[in-house]
Amino acid sequence: MEEALRQIGGRIRGFAHSPPRPGSRHAIIIAVTVILGAPIVFGLTFTLLPAFGYLPSIGGHALTVQPWRDLFSTPGLATSIRLTLSTGLAATMLALVLAFCFCAVVHGRMRERGADALLAPLLATPHAAMAIGIAFLIAPSGWLLRLISPWLTGFTVPPDIATTQDPWGMALVVGLLAKELPFLLIVILAALNQIPVDRHMRAGRTLGYGQGIVWIKIIGPQVYRQIRLPLYVVLAFSLSVVDMALVLAPANPPPLAVLAFQWFMSPNIARYMPAAAAALLQLLLVAGAIGAWRLGERGAARVGLWWTMRGGRGLTGELGLKLAAALGMVALVVGFGALGALAVWSFAWQWRFPDALPSIWSFEIWQRQAHALIWPLGNTLALATLTVVAALLLAIAWLEGEDRVGAKRPASVFHPVYVPLLLPQIAFMFGAQVLAVKLGIDGTLQAVAWAHFLFVFPYVLLALADPWKSLDPRYARSAAALGSSATGTLIRVKLPILLRPILVASAIGFAVGVAQYVPTLFVGGGRVATLTTEAVALASGGDRRAVGVLAVLQSLLPLVIYVAALATPRIVFSDRRALSGRV
Amino acid sequence: MTAKMKFAALAMAALALVCGPAHASSGWDEIVSRARGQTVYWNAWGGDDRTNAFIDWVGKEVQARYGITIRHVKLADTAEAVSRVIAEKTAGRDDNGSVDLIWINGPNFLSMKEKKLLYGPFTQLLPNYRYVDVTDKRSNVTDFTTPVDGMASPWRLAQFVFNYDSARVTDVPRTIPDFLPWVKAHPSRFTHPDPRDFMGATFLKQALVELAPDRGRLQQPATDENFLRETAPLWTWYDQLRPLLWRHGKQFPANGPAERQLLGDGEIDLSMSFDPAEAAASTASGLLPDTIRTYTLSGGTIGNTSFVAIPYNSAHKEAAMVVADFLLDPATQAHAQDIRMLGSFTVLDLEQLSPAQRKLFTDLPKSPTLPTNAELGPVLLEPNPSWMMRITAEWKKRYVR
Repeated sequence: MEEALRQIGGRIRGFAHSPPRPGSRHAIIIAVTVILGAPIVFGLTFTLLPAFGYLPSIGGHALTVQPWRDLFSTPGLATSIRLTLSTGLAATMLALVLAFCFCAVVHGRMRERGADALLAPLLATPHAAMAIGIAFLIAPSGWLLRLISPWLTGFTVPPDIATTQDPWGMALVVGLLAKELPFLLIVILAALNQIPVDRHMRAGRTLGYGQGIVWIKIIGPQVYRQIRLPLYVVLAFSLSVVDMALVLAPANPPPLAVLAFQWFMSPNIARYMPAAAAALLQLLLVAGAIGAWRLGERGAARVGLWWTMRGGRGLTGELGLKLAAALGMVALVVGFGALGALAVWSFAWQWRFPDALPSIWSFEIWQRQAHALIWPLGNTLALATLTVVAALLLAIAWLEGEDRVGAKRPASVFHPVYVPLLLPQIAFMFGAQVLAVKLGIDGTLQAVAWAHFLFVFPYVLLALADPWKSLDPRYARSAAALGSSATGTLIRVKLPILLRPILVASAIGFAVGVAQYVPTLFVGGGRVATLTTEAVALASGGDRRAVGVLAVLQSLLPLVIYVAALATPRIVFSDRRALSGRV
Repeated sequence: MTAKMKFAALAMAALALVCGPAHASSGWDEIVSRARGQTVYWNAWGGDDRTNAFIDWVGKEVQARYGITIRHVKLADTAEAVSRVIAEKTAGRDDNGSVDLIWINGPNFLSMKEKKLLYGPFTQLLPNYRYVDVTDKRSNVTDFTTPVDGMASPWRLAQFVFNYDSARVTDVPRTIPDFLPWVKAHPSRFTHPDPRDFMGATFLKQALVELAPDRGRLQQPATDENFLRETAPLWTWYDQLRPLLWRHGKQFPANGPAERQLLGDGEIDLSMSFDPAEAAASTASGLLPDTIRTYTLSGGTIGNTSFVAIPYNSAHKEAAMVVADFLLDPATQAHAQDIRMLGSFTVLDLEQLSPAQRKLFTDLPKSPTLPTNAELGPVLLEPNPSWMMRITAEWKKRYVR
């Protein structure tokens, strides 16, 4: 079959593509540019101008560097920057290393058992909810210590140890890992579908390599190329995270993004200008970190090549791999523990230290929340459905358009489409709100959908682009040779083969949409309540039981979509082994 | 709102001020009839279940009575609503704005009033405003030393109180200096919210009011010179206190509710709140153990008033005013003071009410955990906001590394 395909491919290479239709392609590019570009350009302008003192509505008419002076005279700013860089880089690095080791050790078994579906709850849970759950798990009065107190520890009151908000930000790194590790794992799983893993594995094993080391040396580098963009997104996100840092990171001083957020939200309006300066500095940190990471990639590539060429069979290294994989497992278990804790809290009435479980259980909190949540639930569903469907259609049109004009350009990090994911939200959301107000659409569902689309579309495109580009072009050529039109090929060949990545992409898009907080708040003018805005508002009230209800609902929605995404190919393609995700 | 309507409202306001309540009522009837069918977007902190339930209840009542719909825009921080109005002003939307009513006071109120982002004065138009206690409850007319000038309407009183777990401690500090021996005896068992949050700032202000050499000075704006003099004893005291706090005074709970959670989790034994009924209500709803008791300091504690204000560009000013008036209705105030609802103390002068209206208050159920008015002691005035801003800044300079 392979051989036959290659021969056909060689023969028809010259005329496989349908003639390019620049008109529709340009229309797509223009649409994307306006939809994504306008809020960003406007948003950044309204960050840039106040950062240099220009904000007429509060009396700033002249350009000055005073906001920067204010920023740099802030007590503890150096600590803030150090904290931002160390937690963001550590979380990304650890997530990558643990994800690779985890896949190297368990990947074959993982897919057979459908364990990838197990990741879905972690992916679906918004960062804010996860942070609250983890904080409860590891706090000195948290679930872990309650389980072993007082019979093992002797504690009848919680000890005074900084396990959350620790000065090094380790709790934040754990929280980020619990979210980003599953994200990288699912992206890797999707990428693996495009690599002949089994063939490489057999070849490597035949040459005497350990299974894990085949993965690291042969499959890993191929995977890395495909997941580079998601990885930069993880890096940018980890550096700029606000909601999770508010709960888990130290506050005296906080990471830089939190500092900017707090200033933007400050009652003292004059704080907007240093807030804008801090947001710009945040932007520079993210840019610098991504640049440094790219340099690191080159070094790692050289070292890796030398290491691979050396030809070590790596049998002794298997133990280290297993240790790292176990550590990855711990991060996942912490994530699940956090979810479990929130679920238990939602059914608690009273749960005091050192009780292992609530002393009084109750449905009361669910009942109390139920009627208040119908409206936000409806909004959340409507927004997510609207944005995901739009994003999916546009992403497919975009990628197919590239195929038809024969664009071979690999997805670049610096492609403008991905800018919303790499920019700290705090850096342009105030300006986006101003744009929505100027257009007279702020506070409408459509405006919020637009704001969500900024983040949903790139994620969907990101999740879809690499599998799409890795699709063997000989399938399309064969179809063309058999007389199928370009559109027929798209519908009858490409989309079915790519069903799994498409569904995974919509699931990711759905989860991203549901979790949006800052954009919903700013562009929605507070009128469009979603589960997430309600959850964060309640989280500030310190009632874990109510937050538990919200978090369970927030996680359930995208979870349903994830499970559907993973189950559908198995059902639809139950008679086609290679397409069912059960390779 | 059209320019003509705006003029009409201003004219009515002027008329009401000149002619008194008798003439206001016909103007008020007009406002009420215009308000019918309007939707009020009430921006209010959404972190408290009881307040949310109360706003829900207000929504049902004004719907039935006036045909007004209330949408509670739940804020994580009141400043969100302020920044929204600023964004609208930046975009040139001077009418048909998205915020109709804000639960507001302190620095948020000062900043909106100073930047002319508020509509008004309007309180003299409200028929129920005549019951408001403007003589003994000074915070109803002077918010953090800022004259309210009718730009915001009061709806609930707050007073600074402490809560402790009587199952673990029996002795509690009754004055600010008493806190030092107490934390020495109970290290790590007390903390205050982050001073960047109003609750943490209030704790430092309370300490300042007790420790300042000249308390009267605090009612005037702080200057470089008097700030140093008045706050010197405060920092001496705090330097001794801080190392004995929870987490050795290096981390602090983000806000009042976060501290309440520490109390509920048993991480601390003594906490604070700005609502004398909060602990009693939290006990009733299972958030805190029923061994929690509320008390105030022997020399009195700081108190203030929660207001509702209307942004200058609100799209539904008439309905917003009707809601503000409904909040001042004696029956509404009595309902709010019911511990089963909010438990918040009334802004009204009970002497001004009819016997039947007064009875609504005297008939309210009593709670053993709820302090009586007498136990609450004297209410101390909030210092000028400049003190709070400077204290927070100075605290950051000294303790954020």
